[in-house]
Amino acid sequence: MTASLTLRAGLLSLLIFAAFVGAWHVATLPTVGAAAGDVDPEYAALVSGAAAQGAKSAFPTPMDVAATIWGHLKDPFYVRGANDQGVGIQLAYSLGRVLLGYAIAAAVAIPLGFLIGMSPLLHRALDPFIQILKPISPLAWMPLALYTIKDSNISAIFVIFICSLWPMLINTAFGVASVRKEWLNVAATLEVGGLRKAFRVILPAAAPTIMTGMRISIGIAWLVIVAAEMLVGGTGIGYFVWNEWNNLSIGNIITAILLIGLVGMALDLALARAARLVAYVE
Amino acid sequence: MTKPLISVEALAKRYPKRGGGETTVFEDIWLPIHPGEFVCLIGHSGCGKTTILNVLAGLDRPTDGAVIVDGREISGPSLDRAVIFQGHSLLPWMTALENVAFAVSSRHPEWSREKVREHCRFYLNLVHLSGAEDKKPSELSGGMKQRVGIARALAIEPKMLLMDEPFSALDALTRGSLQDEVRRICTETRQTVFMITHDIDEAMLLADRIVLMTNGPQAKIAEVVENTLPPDRRPATMHKHPNYYPLRNHLLDFLVTRSKTFAQDIAGKPYDPRKVPVVRPVPAEALAAV
Ligand SMILES: Nc1ncnc2c1ncn2[C@@H]1O[C@H](COP(=O)(O)OP(=O)(O)OP(=O)(O)O)[C@@H](O)[C@H]1O
Ligand SMILES: [Mg+2]
Repeated sequence: MTASLTLRAGLLSLLIFAAFVGAWHVATLPTVGAAAGDVDPEYAALVSGAAAQGAKSAFPTPMDVAATIWGHLKDPFYVRGANDQGVGIQLAYSLGRVLLGYAIAAAVAIPLGFLIGMSPLLHRALDPFIQILKPISPLAWMPLALYTIKDSNISAIFVIFICSLWPMLINTAFGVASVRKEWLNVAATLEVGGLRKAFRVILPAAAPTIMTGMRISIGIAWLVIVAAEMLVGGTGIGYFVWNEWNNLSIGNIITAILLIGLVGMALDLALARAARLVAYVE
Repeated sequence: MTKPLISVEALAKRYPKRGGGETTVFEDIWLPIHPGEFVCLIGHSGCGKTTILNVLAGLDRPTDGAVIVDGREISGPSLDRAVIFQGHSLLPWMTALENVAFAVSSRHPEWSREKVREHCRFYLNLVHLSGAEDKKPSELSGGMKQRVGIARALAIEPKMLLMDEPFSALDALTRGSLQDEVRRICTETRQTVFMITHDIDEAMLLADRIVLMTNGPQAKIAEVVENTLPPDRRPATMHKHPNYYPLRNHLLDFLVTRSKTFAQDIAGKPYDPRKVPVVRPVPAEALAAV
């Protein structure tokens, strides 16, 4: 029953994919007499190079894109000067920034969330700050970061830090504050104090909630890095997308979009795995 | 009589009432517990039994009065008073053995890992759980979980065992065999026990003294009933003893009627909370023969 469901779902997925590619193929068949209209000046301001001159490049066909993807996958790590590096290298830059910003955020959020969860006083005192800072779009910090840090790379990492901070902080505080009273009573009657209680009782009890926060954070961080790199430029998959847009290389953009999706999925799966390690059944 | 191991003195618990004033859950509770004694506390739901146990454990503070151990008021929880909680409260991310080991290494931080494990295995074996050491609580049955809880409490070799309705969540068969095991272990080790129960038969099987609490609010100890069944009583056979029904009827009568009417019954009569009546229910013929 389950096997047949998996099989049927897989077949349906393939069918949807085939329909999508088919529609794409039909839509990108060469059209006759397509008039090159005037270029909207605002649009012209957004693009550079070829597009601004009104040259219209046809949207690539599925086969074109497949060829482009294959070209990238064959040689993902080439370096031909600062502005021409393999897509693998660009992804590595983005991943590096995300993991660094995320790791710093975790190093701050988990201990701080622990303290907030343990102390109702601290919770009350910090709550207004968290409530105000949390809904701010992480990119809104970018100008401030660039101005104070004066380094585009570190600014991007800072933006990742700030956007991954809140879900981890809030989930850790919540997980720690809602550890079952009975478990704390067990620790109390065994005269388990301080660090031992924190690491043997509270941390494992709150771990699933903390992991949920970490999973939300990595998702947000990966969303934000693309936008952040479009802003700061230089390296990274976000910059790559922006650069290819300026070259009007739609095939490259589609490749990058696919890879961004795949890496995001891999990050999420990795954290889902980690979450399973700390899960427990009550 | 020997000096009490632990002594409850003038205990009271009050909560502020919504809209002003306060409710007294219980007051004027005096209860000495002697070494090696098994004391059961029986009373209706909500009269404050768990609160008293938590105060004894040091997990809760009374509004008035104190719990005295070795001439001093207790100030918090202690490894000398192990608690078996109502809902097993094992740590679900630890295996049965790890749960017990967590307690043992709290008591003996200086012990080696192997020594701790050895000690735990002994106590898990005592409650017949040898095969289940490496199972998580979620993989154990209700009775097995409760047994791990008992092993955890016994393994730290406390001066006193506090149990809050430890068998109430179990089916009759499991309950019976577990009660039997607990009784055997406690009599063999002369363990001092304070236990809360709703179950009259359980109290009659296990307790040396049964403390009867009236209904709340302002619950009090009405009387203390001495168990008149022989020390070698067993769950399967104790109902055949001539003292069984007098004792049982006395307890039942208290729970059904006198726990409610106690306040009126003693109105105008002297009631000394420090010296509540001690009752030894025996058959009427036995009384007549004296
Ligand atoms: N925080 C609180 N505020 C007000 N009243 C409370 C509070 N906590 C407990 N109580 C009251 O104290 C009384 C005693 O509670 P306790 O849990 O000790 O009862 P119990 O005798 O153990 O009952 P049960 O047999 O159902 O377990 C209850 O009537 C309850 O309403
Ligand atoms: Mg209770």
